[in-house]
Amino acid sequence: MLLDYVWLIPLFPLAGVLINAFLGRWLPRRLVAAIASLAIVASFAMAAVLFFQMLGLPAEAEGGGAGRQRIVPIFSWIVSGDFVVEANILLDPLSIVMALVVTGVSALIHIYSAGYMAGEEYHNRYFTWLNLFVFMMLILVLGDSFLTMYVGWEGVGLCSYLLIGYWFERESAANAAKKAFLVNRVGDFGLALGIMLIFATFGSVAFGQVLPAAASIPAGTATAIALLLFLGAAGKSAQIPLHVWLPDAMEGPTPVSALIHAATMVTAGVYMVARTHALFEVSLSALNWVMWIGALTAFLAATVALVQKDIKRVLAYSTISQLGYMFLALGAGAYAAAIFHLATHAFFKGLLFLGAGSVMHALSGELDIFKMGELRKKLPWTFRTFLIGVLALSGVPFFSGFFSKEAILSGAFEGGAIVPWLLGLVTAGLTAFYAFRVLFVAFYGKSRLDKKVERHVHESPWVMIVPMALLAVLAFAGGYIGLPRVLGIGSAVEEFLAPVFADSTLVHTAGEATLEWLLIGLSVVAVAAGILAAWWIYVRNWGLAGRLTQSARRLYDLAFAGYHADRAYMEAIVQPLRMLGEGLAGAVEQRSIDRAVNGVGELVGLAGEGLRRLQTGLVRNYALAMFLGVVAILAYFVLRGVLSW
Amino acid sequence: MEISLPTFDFLVVAPEIVVLITALLVMVVDMVIGREQKGRLAWVALVGVLAAGALSYYLWDGSDPALHDMLAADGYALFLNLAILVAAALAILFSLEYTGRVGLAQGEYYTLLLLSTAGMMLMAAAINLMTIFLALEILSISLYVLVGLNRAERRSAEAALKYFVLGAFASGFLLYGMALIYGQAGTTSLAGIRAAVQAGGEPSALLLVGLGLMIAGFGFKVALVPFQMWTPDVYQGAPTSVTAFMSVGAKVAGFAALGRVALYAFGDLQGDWRWVLAVLSALTMTVGNLAALRQANLKRMLAYSSIAHAGYALAGLAAGNAQGTSGLLFYLFAYAFMNAGAFAIIIAAGRFEGATGGGETLDDFAGLAARKPGLAVAMALFMLSLAGVPPLAGFLAKLYVFGAAVRGGLIWLAVFGVVNSVISAYYYLRVVVSMYMREGRPAAVPAPVCAGLQVGVALAAVAIVLLGLWPGPIVDLARVAALALLGG
Repeated sequence: MLLDYVWLIPLFPLAGVLINAFLGRWLPRRLVAAIASLAIVASFAMAAVLFFQMLGLPAEAEGGGAGRQRIVPIFSWIVSGDFVVEANILLDPLSIVMALVVTGVSALIHIYSAGYMAGEEYHNRYFTWLNLFVFMMLILVLGDSFLTMYVGWEGVGLCSYLLIGYWFERESAANAAKKAFLVNRVGDFGLALGIMLIFATFGSVAFGQVLPAAASIPAGTATAIALLLFLGAAGKSAQIPLHVWLPDAMEGPTPVSALIHAATMVTAGVYMVARTHALFEVSLSALNWVMWIGALTAFLAATVALVQKDIKRVLAYSTISQLGYMFLALGAGAYAAAIFHLATHAFFKGLLFLGAGSVMHALSGELDIFKMGELRKKLPWTFRTFLIGVLALSGVPFFSGFFSKEAILSGAFEGGAIVPWLLGLVTAGLTAFYAFRVLFVAFYGKSRLDKKVERHVHESPWVMIVPMALLAVLAFAGGYIGLPRVLGIGSAVEEFLAPVFADSTLVHTAGEATLEWLLIGLSVVAVAAGILAAWWIYVRNWGLAGRLTQSARRLYDLAFAGYHADRAYMEAIVQPLRMLGEGLAGAVEQRSIDRAVNGVGELVGLAGEGLRRLQTGLVRNYALAMFLGVVAILAYFVLRGVLSW
Repeated sequence: MEISLPTFDFLVVAPEIVVLITALLVMVVDMVIGREQKGRLAWVALVGVLAAGALSYYLWDGSDPALHDMLAADGYALFLNLAILVAAALAILFSLEYTGRVGLAQGEYYTLLLLSTAGMMLMAAAINLMTIFLALEILSISLYVLVGLNRAERRSAEAALKYFVLGAFASGFLLYGMALIYGQAGTTSLAGIRAAVQAGGEPSALLLVGLGLMIAGFGFKVALVPFQMWTPDVYQGAPTSVTAFMSVGAKVAGFAALGRVALYAFGDLQGDWRWVLAVLSALTMTVGNLAALRQANLKRMLAYSSIAHAGYALAGLAAGNAQGTSGLLFYLFAYAFMNAGAFAIIIAAGRFEGATGGGETLDDFAGLAARKPGLAVAMALFMLSLAGVPPLAGFLAKLYVFGAAVRGGLIWLAVFGVVNSVISAYYYLRVVVSMYMREGRPAAVPAPVCAGLQVGVALAAVAIVLLGLWPGPIVDLARVAALALLGG
């Protein structure tokens, strides 16, 4: 059966990695880009074929059939007594949706990169890493155990780190890479511990064995496991308080921001929680944490995005905020809605980042929207596609973001989470405001471009425009796979994903039709208000923004600095840790360093040297430490003996 | 009167004998060949090591023969033999060009290397306090000399002396502990001690104090905190090929004996000693990692890293169960490849023109990816594996021992381990970053890398990938080996 060839999906990118890593140096630049892009396109084609195959299967497992779920054995990774880990691929509606989104968006962004990175020096390295990233991401979403997922998890983290620091000559890029890495390590720490606890509890790390047994474990253990996993998810998906790395990650090349830091990697946490929802449902408190963190992140990040001037930073905070939406949905048990939003967000946010990249490309790297203006005329294609992205992000009716956001908000409301729903509603208004703010300031009004820059302004080449146009189509039409229930046609994506979430114990009472319409109406009002406000401030009364800023200076500064999250980390964690590290290391190291420096060049003979060293007390100190260690060990044994006798 | 001579089944110690004979052979050949041909000694040594490895594998038929109460060729010993011989073979490959460059006397060098290897193997096979001590001294004394063999380098001599003095101190502890145990148990045989421990209802304080002293003695060899302080000085001062060898071999041997004494002879007192080992493990990994964070010299950084790894490996021992024991064995095997490999790259980098730091500083590695892509890939693999990034060998090894710790009820120790792995990634990745994301100085011209070293590095790199992706065969061997020790 064709489904058994699912391993081809990750194989293509891997082949791309190997070819470009070993031969890339000798290949012409265009060929390197072509190989990398083709690998992903092939991978996407395979995923699409499998998707249609899957549609041909019965949705429910019946009569001994496995329905649409399928485990494709690859190889036995670890077989050691009762510790067995199979490196298998789990093919089910959830993983195929993820694979489609990942390969589809990646393919377009690879093609775009061929144009965007054409002039870069380490061209083959870029495409090697980008392909490696896709490979790792596919391992993450296709693996059938926590351990294979962890392999992909670490792998995408590593690629993200390398790609953020791609322009390593810039110190800010190197620092951003480091920061992303460190913050992600905190999350990975949670995930690693969670997996260990899972293994200790269930004796297995395979999804197929752990998740069905989840209901049988004590709630306390389940809470611990779920919260540890969520720590991992929050790190990877940039949720408060681990969100601080994502805005800085924009130091990487813009296609990387689009692919890794908007469309795919940052959604890994959402995927994981959806995949392991059985564990979260055993402990409702963990699910509540997910919901509240998500709601707060969505709201707070949106407020920060309101005032950023750097176009990529607006988009970064917007990504954090939209990811918050997804976690809000997960916490409320609206898993399908979260995955739906994950997909549409990949389309429109990927598109917006590519648009931002196209703008930067045209304006010699300019990022400040207040130094742009009137781009609508100079970059017509970028403008049109960007406009669609903005409409989708804002949740304007008939665009994709509208449908997925509706699914989340109504899911939250029907799940009884009224306050998170309210936060989500307000966020919808804020989102529309900041999205249109970027649009109005950068693309409308008068040109505020630097004269030197203005002369070189040019629309991007077709190799960049075409992927943007395709993404724009998706950003518009992608929403129609998930029509609101109230229309009576049914949400295709929800029905497709239903078998994966069939075991969910959370009950969602479908609201009355009037209620559903009311909810939709409310969010449309919020969105309209946001757009109108943006229009009023940035088109109608240019200059009003400055006055408003002045009158609420402190609030503005607070939001502009992202509520000083960075500084808080610096002062509360980084500095004390650094001091502790220095102190500890100093205690161990100081003397020997002095010795190494001082000890050179004043010696007579080898024996004399050695003896002299002995007399400096250094060796005596070492011996003293050993002696104290022995005393401590013996004291323990003796005390233990005395106490037990 | 009939005198009954004891029977000697020399086959039991055949690998050790092969290595010893090769050592003698090297000495003899050294005398007869000309100065220009000294390089061939390495090949003699390598053949001996490979033959011993083949013999170890061949001997492993599950019969676990013993040479009286002194040495055993059980699965445990043979598995560790393999790890030790891997380290020796890699070290020889890495020495081919290096010994000539630094000006080490090759005859002495390879003889001592082989003698030390034989000592390590004997230590893994020893089932008697006496043979343990003898083996320890054979390996230690050879190492003291090897460390100081670079007479042109002041730090080398200093390191040797320091290692010697502190090593003697540690041997003192060990011997005193053995004496106390003998005093209580009335025998030096580990089997006899095991019987004595099982017989007595309450553990005698004398036995425990003896065990504590032995832990300290072995702790010195494998560099556990607080017996680790010599490590950075000695690793940095010793010729790099010796560091590559001893950072693996001495640790494997130390853990071999510690494992036998703790798990076998004192297996019934596990409740008493496992807390000591668990605390030592946590301390060791933490101190090693924190100190490694701020090292600019790679040899020093790797020295601290090797301390941290001793801590991780010890977690397997502290777990006290079968999974922990086989985890420890797997750990040591994987560690042999990744650690020795990392030092090999330093050896290669030392030849680059303009490598002001002798190939030992991060600056010397800047831009290595552009100049020597093969070496850079290998180094990146070694660093990532040491950091425990999946799916490489180092990841699996950590998973193995920490998983065992969780199963053994030491969840806090696993937490320590994971936190430490998280921290450690920072300094390992700095090397990767330096190679891939920094410009090399124009003066740093790559020199051709010796073919033997390339082969060794390639083997080590392939091994850590294979051990990560396809660990089955080695894991199975490690399990059999652990069962040979624990019984059952």
